[in-house]
Amino acid sequence: MEIVMAVVIGILFMSATYLMLSKSILRIIIGTGLLSHGAHLLILTMGGLKRGSVPLLGESAGPYVDPLPQALILTAIVISFGVTSLFLVVAYRTYQELGTDNMDKLRGKESNE
Amino acid sequence: MNNLVFLPVLLPLLTGIILIFFSKYIKIQRFLSLVSSSLGIILSCLLIGKVHDQGILALQVGSWEAPFGISIVADMLSSLLVLTTNIIGFAVLIYSFYSIGTGREKFYYYSFVQFLLVGVNGAFLTGDIFNLFVFFEVMLMSSYVLLVLGGTKAQLRESLKYILVNVISSALFVISVAYLYSVVGTLNMADISRRIAESGQPGIITVIAVSFLIVFGLKGAIFPLFYWLPGSYYAPPIPVIALFGALLTKVGVYAILRTFTLLFYHDQQYTHELLGILAIFTIIVGTIGAVGYWDIKKIIIYNIVIAVGMITFGISLMNEQGLSGAIYYTIHDMIIKAALFLLVGIMAMITGTSDLRKMGGLIQAYPYAAWTFFIAAISLAGIPPFSGFAGKLLLLEGAVEGEAYVGFAVILISSLLMLYSVMKIFINGFWGKPRAYKDADLVPVSRLAVPAALLVIVSIALGLGTEAIYPYISQAMEPLIDPAIYINAVLKE
Repeated sequence: MEIVMAVVIGILFMSATYLMLSKSILRIIIGTGLLSHGAHLLILTMGGLKRGSVPLLGESAGPYVDPLPQALILTAIVISFGVTSLFLVVAYRTYQELGTDNMDKLRGKESNE
Repeated sequence: MNNLVFLPVLLPLLTGIILIFFSKYIKIQRFLSLVSSSLGIILSCLLIGKVHDQGILALQVGSWEAPFGISIVADMLSSLLVLTTNIIGFAVLIYSFYSIGTGREKFYYYSFVQFLLVGVNGAFLTGDIFNLFVFFEVMLMSSYVLLVLGGTKAQLRESLKYILVNVISSALFVISVAYLYSVVGTLNMADISRRIAESGQPGIITVIAVSFLIVFGLKGAIFPLFYWLPGSYYAPPIPVIALFGALLTKVGVYAILRTFTLLFYHDQQYTHELLGILAIFTIIVGTIGAVGYWDIKKIIIYNIVIAVGMITFGISLMNEQGLSGAIYYTIHDMIIKAALFLLVGIMAMITGTSDLRKMGGLIQAYPYAAWTFFIAAISLAGIPPFSGFAGKLLLLEGAVEGEAYVGFAVILISSLLMLYSVMKIFINGFWGKPRAYKDADLVPVSRLAVPAALLVIVSIALGLGTEAIYPYISQAMEPLIDPAIYINAVLKE
């Protein structure tokens, strides 16, 4: 199971890198989304994958799943959700203000007018 | 319980939330921010006093015992940096009153300054590696908003790049934390340190250490990861640049200082050697930038890069002098960078340009601002008795003790060139023939110079009172040399 997860995460990172290297802002933002998905799955996998257990430690604890990675993922998802929405708004405003979504044209001059 | 430890985080958080409700009442916002910042300074002084008397204070949030819950830890290093942060916040706030403009003030500028302080103070005080990530994000979110607030073309363009770089480095942060967690099975920094020490830092931990170095290096602008800094820091208005330049990169550097002294200190041959080499390149690149530009903002921005290099060089030495030098230099540099940005902002406002070749002769009309700048400049370069001197002296002593003679030479030469770069501003900007500037009369220079002068006075006090401050610095340095002090204080063994 871990191997499958590793491959999935690798594919996510690969697509994210490809998208972030493109010129369109929207593709870049989708790339950051995929990157954070990959990171979240990675946390889940690093906590250890066990099937059919609950993340609780009862009085007579049998096999249980480590609850901490799930708490971490929840936090990280909320944060990346917030950042992505802000990123989208900034990108939209940039498009309105500067009239382009091509990163090549957003390079800025040496003098940074 | 030591609730005092958490108050420097809680206070700006509450203030920021309250300020949102008063977004259209600028006077109330200013008053509340000022009260909160003054309280913040008092609180952090109390915190320093208490840490000085009782040693490291640890707060277990929600009374969950140490390795399981989140620990908030105030050692001397964190407390000193929190105080410095609050002083800078206070000064920048006063400066903002006269320069940021009502447009930004009505759109939550003061709230986001407070949220930025939440993130910075939190990052300094937390004792949990994932919590560090969360506070980093709080800080970065506020910085995105402050960077883009106002919505000029340059701001929007640079914000895009800044957000992208930081989103990538945050993802890398999460990934590094995940790897670390899978190896050591804990997130509490004291507990991580203990477990790494038990296993003697196998190769995988060194790999994780380097990935952490990449993350913090991106935030802290270390060579070769500093490329985003000059563009992004150029775009926003001066008070925001002062906050960013003084605080944000230093949080990255603090994170390196903390992790590489507390967690990853077993394989110094590899990790600290790498850190040292990168630090030297950072200094060199920063110096080239600072000397080469004729734009006053750019010159000071490249001086940030130099300072980051100096501090990381101190960390890479891992001996008493080197680390005390790094701590002292961090505090000195935060204050003096904020002061320099504020002063450079005044110059840019008077002349309407930030190009040195288009200004001159300011000393006739504004002698006080000019001499404040002069003191700040020589303090930056490290001329005794000002504050830059003691930090550099300690760093150099550390370099001799660690037999890092290349670094020794680079620091000395770069100090000279730093002096050149800021004197270039002084000579070209303040000396020479006075010119007529269009909007010069509209700038409230005497008021704007007050916060800058305040910071310069703090810096002078830091330089003259080195003897009095040194016990605090050495107390801050002790847990860095001997992590057992930190571990025992947090885990209460």
